[in-house]
Amino acid sequence: MQPFPLPEPGWGTGSGVNNMEENQYTTLNLGPTHPATHGIFQNVLTMDGEQIIDADQTIGYIHRAFEKIAERRPYYQITPLTDRLNYCSSPINNIGWHMTVEKLLGVKTTKRVDYMRIILMELARITDHLICNSVIGVDSGALTGFIYVFQEREKVYEIYEEVSGARLTTNMGRIGGFERDLSLKAVKKIREFLDHLPKVLREFEKLLMRNRIFMDRTIGVGPISGERALNYGFTGPNLRAAGVDYDVRVTTPYSSYDDFEFTIPLGTQGDTYDRFCVRQQELWESIGLVRNALENLPEGSFHVDVPQFYLPPKEDVYSKMEALIWHFKIVMGEIDVPAGEVYHSVEGGNGELGFYLVSDGGRTPYRLHFRRPGFIYYQAYPEMIRGGVLSDAILTMSSMNVIAGELDA
Amino acid sequence: MENSFIIDKIYKAFNQDILKMDTASDILSFTVASPVIYEVIRFLKENENMNFGFLTDLCGIHYPDRGLPFGVVYHLHNLRENKRIRIKTFVTLGNPYLPTVTDLFSSANWMERETYDFYGIIFEGHPNLKRILNVEYMDFFPMRKEYPLEDPTREDKDDRYFGR
Repeated sequence: MQPFPLPEPGWGTGSGVNNMEENQYTTLNLGPTHPATHGIFQNVLTMDGEQIIDADQTIGYIHRAFEKIAERRPYYQITPLTDRLNYCSSPINNIGWHMTVEKLLGVKTTKRVDYMRIILMELARITDHLICNSVIGVDSGALTGFIYVFQEREKVYEIYEEVSGARLTTNMGRIGGFERDLSLKAVKKIREFLDHLPKVLREFEKLLMRNRIFMDRTIGVGPISGERALNYGFTGPNLRAAGVDYDVRVTTPYSSYDDFEFTIPLGTQGDTYDRFCVRQQELWESIGLVRNALENLPEGSFHVDVPQFYLPPKEDVYSKMEALIWHFKIVMGEIDVPAGEVYHSVEGGNGELGFYLVSDGGRTPYRLHFRRPGFIYYQAYPEMIRGGVLSDAILTMSSMNVIAGELDA
Repeated sequence: MENSFIIDKIYKAFNQDILKMDTASDILSFTVASPVIYEVIRFLKENENMNFGFLTDLCGIHYPDRGLPFGVVYHLHNLRENKRIRIKTFVTLGNPYLPTVTDLFSSANWMERETYDFYGIIFEGHPNLKRILNVEYMDFFPMRKEYPLEDPTREDKDDRYFGR
């Protein structure tokens, strides 16, 4: 990055230096901690008056070297690292990681585990989309919707709390299933949430969807064609808004997603409004999925029998020799994992979240690479905002759902 | 799209440059010689029978004990037929050069920068090959295996305790 040029002597005094006739560009430093960017992103914009000519991105402000740390951690200790990738939908990351390890081990989960996972992953998708869409509202000047749907997000966090004990960085589930079954209270909370959310969503949509001001601010803002989006590695709602029907849940069904019927909404223009609408429609689909999975939740065990990875219940540890041994071995990280390599991906809140795991037979991964969707599609940002104005650039960024934790890993 | 079809086509086009093939793991994988990596990726993307038009992932890997220690792993995806493929290539420490694929996939830009940042693999022809997640004045490549995560003076954290 170039150092910013200092203003020349006489600048701003009307003496003719730097006036518009000489057509000099202004450099505008947007970020790293700008109140409108919701995270730590720096963009050095080259502006011609109010028009953006180019943008130079700097990322890595909260880089925490997760991939390096993961090379020295036993598998169950990597789950908390994945929490901190896309922290708006941590359960998807946690469960995605567990499924990657299960794929490496060749473990087949029970239907009950699969359905519980679908319930939690879809709830996570709901929070993720709620935040993103309401923030689009905030950035276009409508704070009300944001405050309103945050109440619903709070309810989902209470469900997480009931299931895993944590709220934001959930560390949910275990390799092989869940640490405990869905409690009656959790089921009741999910039902209450499902009953209440449609009313809120309808009201939220009434506020923004056909709002003249909102439409004027978002239609045609930050567009990208389907072809360019594919070339830039877009996935998730951003790609679908550009009209490409790629969804990991459908193309490579995991966790029994193929048992359910749901629609994949598509946009046509790939602009901010389409991204908003696609997410909004996905919210409705997610509600249907959670409801379906909850109604058809099969009987059975909430975990599978993988004693090398699944911590035994505490009362067994105190009374049974074998459970004590496994408990000790797991906690001390003394479990050897078979050698192999595997790529597993799940449909995260903002795109295809992939885990490329290479094991050499040791107790920790030899190499673990996270395919973070935000990291890959954020590089298209300069192309999307070129020629627009600054306030549109802010709106484009929030509609892309770039999460700093995931971007910088 | 059958595995055998892809294997057939790839061997026909790059016979002696395919060093290894792996059909046992989850995704069909090939290890190819580093001079032809660009040609292989372009063949997979542009050949009308292949159509692997989506670069899912690109990352580095380091095997310090091997003759060719530095690897780059490409994951490609044919979205129409929903087929994934994994291509690997390896280079030496003294000559860590690979051609860039940024002209085929815009998404490779940052992924190659990340690989350079962490492993020091230099992608020739890359438009802006500089560090991306680490600070610019860093003078080593932190994901290489010779950099331990812990304080190197500690003796209680050697590889034996991690099963190696």
